[in-house]
Amino acid sequence: MRNPLSNTIVTIKPSGIRKFFDIVSEMDDAISLGVGEPDFDTPWRVRDEAIYSLEQGRTFYTSNAGLKELKEEISLYLNRKYDLNYDPSGEIFVTVGGSEAIDVALRAMLDPGDEVLIPQPSYVSYEPCTILANGTPVIINLKEENEFRLTAKELEEAITDKTKILVLPFPNNPTGAIMEKKDLEAIAEVIIKHDIFVLTDEIYSELSYGKEEHVSIASLPGMKERTIYINGFSKAFAMTGWRLGYACGPKEVIAQMLKIHQFAIMCAPTTSQYAAVEALRSCDDEVAAMKEEYNGRRRYLVKRFKEMGLKCFEPYGAFYIFPSIKEFGMTSEEFATKFLASKKVAVVPGTAFGDSGEGFIRISYAYSLEQLKLALDRMEEFINELREAK
Amino acid sequence: MREKILSYMEKNARIDLKDLATVLGEDEASVMNELEAMEAENVIAGYHTMINWDKAGVEKVTGMIEVRVTPQRGMGFDKVANHIYNYPEVSSVYLISGGFDFMVIIEGKSLREVAEFVSNKLSTLDSVLSTKTNFILKKYKEAGTILVDKPHDERMKMSL
Repeated sequence: MRNPLSNTIVTIKPSGIRKFFDIVSEMDDAISLGVGEPDFDTPWRVRDEAIYSLEQGRTFYTSNAGLKELKEEISLYLNRKYDLNYDPSGEIFVTVGGSEAIDVALRAMLDPGDEVLIPQPSYVSYEPCTILANGTPVIINLKEENEFRLTAKELEEAITDKTKILVLPFPNNPTGAIMEKKDLEAIAEVIIKHDIFVLTDEIYSELSYGKEEHVSIASLPGMKERTIYINGFSKAFAMTGWRLGYACGPKEVIAQMLKIHQFAIMCAPTTSQYAAVEALRSCDDEVAAMKEEYNGRRRYLVKRFKEMGLKCFEPYGAFYIFPSIKEFGMTSEEFATKFLASKKVAVVPGTAFGDSGEGFIRISYAYSLEQLKLALDRMEEFINELREAK
Repeated sequence: MREKILSYMEKNARIDLKDLATVLGEDEASVMNELEAMEAENVIAGYHTMINWDKAGVEKVTGMIEVRVTPQRGMGFDKVANHIYNYPEVSSVYLISGGFDFMVIIEGKSLREVAEFVSNKLSTLDSVLSTKTNFILKKYKEAGTILVDKPHDERMKMSL
């Protein structure tokens, strides 16, 4: 029999920590700090609106690009929050989560041989999606000493004449790093100079705790025309399971992305789209309250790690903290496996997010303070034991 | 800072001072000063436990009594309220706009105990014109907390 599989897909390596995940999921009594989604429920008014839309029988396809009123609300929201100006007809379309937007953007923009710069540690889908789009991923290994921000120098060094797109994943999962306006200005200069494009994944934009408000690279002069802006409802509105995101960008790029979306997806789920309209119209207070809650937990974790003497830069974004475990002389995966076995606490090895995650672990604070406290007490015990054994 | 402290404490009364200061990003000494000041000023009026008595298996009856009164000369409603709220059986008293004057909440061991309090103590006050007793049959939510079911974490244990 012939091989039923595509060579491209077979050569993409599955996530290396699948095995570790399986162990965790079988340990019923383990405390997990490994979750990448909010612990809050979707605001009730949003759920209620979804139920109402079902009662009204709004169960048909929407137009490919999404409900008109949702695109309009997205446009208003991006303007009031991030000073962005996108035309709801032609520059915005609604996707099945930010994930679809990433995939479709890469497929719409890449030709074989085009290079995509992917800073790591970062979310796991950029690299395989680039390969699936026939592009060539080029990894930029971010450094702890830069607080895992991307510097203009690192970018400049990675650019070749084949470079087409830079993926910009900030606020960052897993490091919690952010890019401030001055950081973005520095790299925007390089981007414009080399005439490349940016795919900015700002899914965590609402969760930014620094002195300055989150800034989008698309709002900088000369950048809108070379930026694909991706955001969604999962993190800010606690709507992961609704699978709803959106992409914004220049009309000619969005038009091609829409073509792929039309053939592969048709339209994002209608119920979710009605719910999202309500989320954008009336959930500012709830979003702010969730952010405040995350921020308190963030401060708590930073303080605890300082007290434990565990090296960790202060993260200002998302809901992750990324301490270094290099002092223990083991790999991230060994550390996570031993920690789980000895204290029944699950964390994600940094290497799940790229080779440059080696020596770090990702801890999510999408958990109540009581749970975090309990888990951190166990972590303190664990690292004290490791230090004594040395 | 007061508002920050209060909105956090409203939901987390048992948090210790050190953690409270950390979570709010303030230093411990100033949080302690504010807390003490707010206790002294009766801004923080108490720290109580919210008990789901239905689950505790303890028989409790709550009556919400609508009370119409004649205000006392010179003292308005306050004097009447004072008379009512000093009874230990009374757990809350509110002055209400609309069709009646006070909402008086009474907790007792049985319907009879609450009814007796209303007929013997409340209705017999000179200033009370009439009462209407409503018994609570089921408590779904109290002070922002849903009592009927406790949320549990249904997320997958690990996700990237």
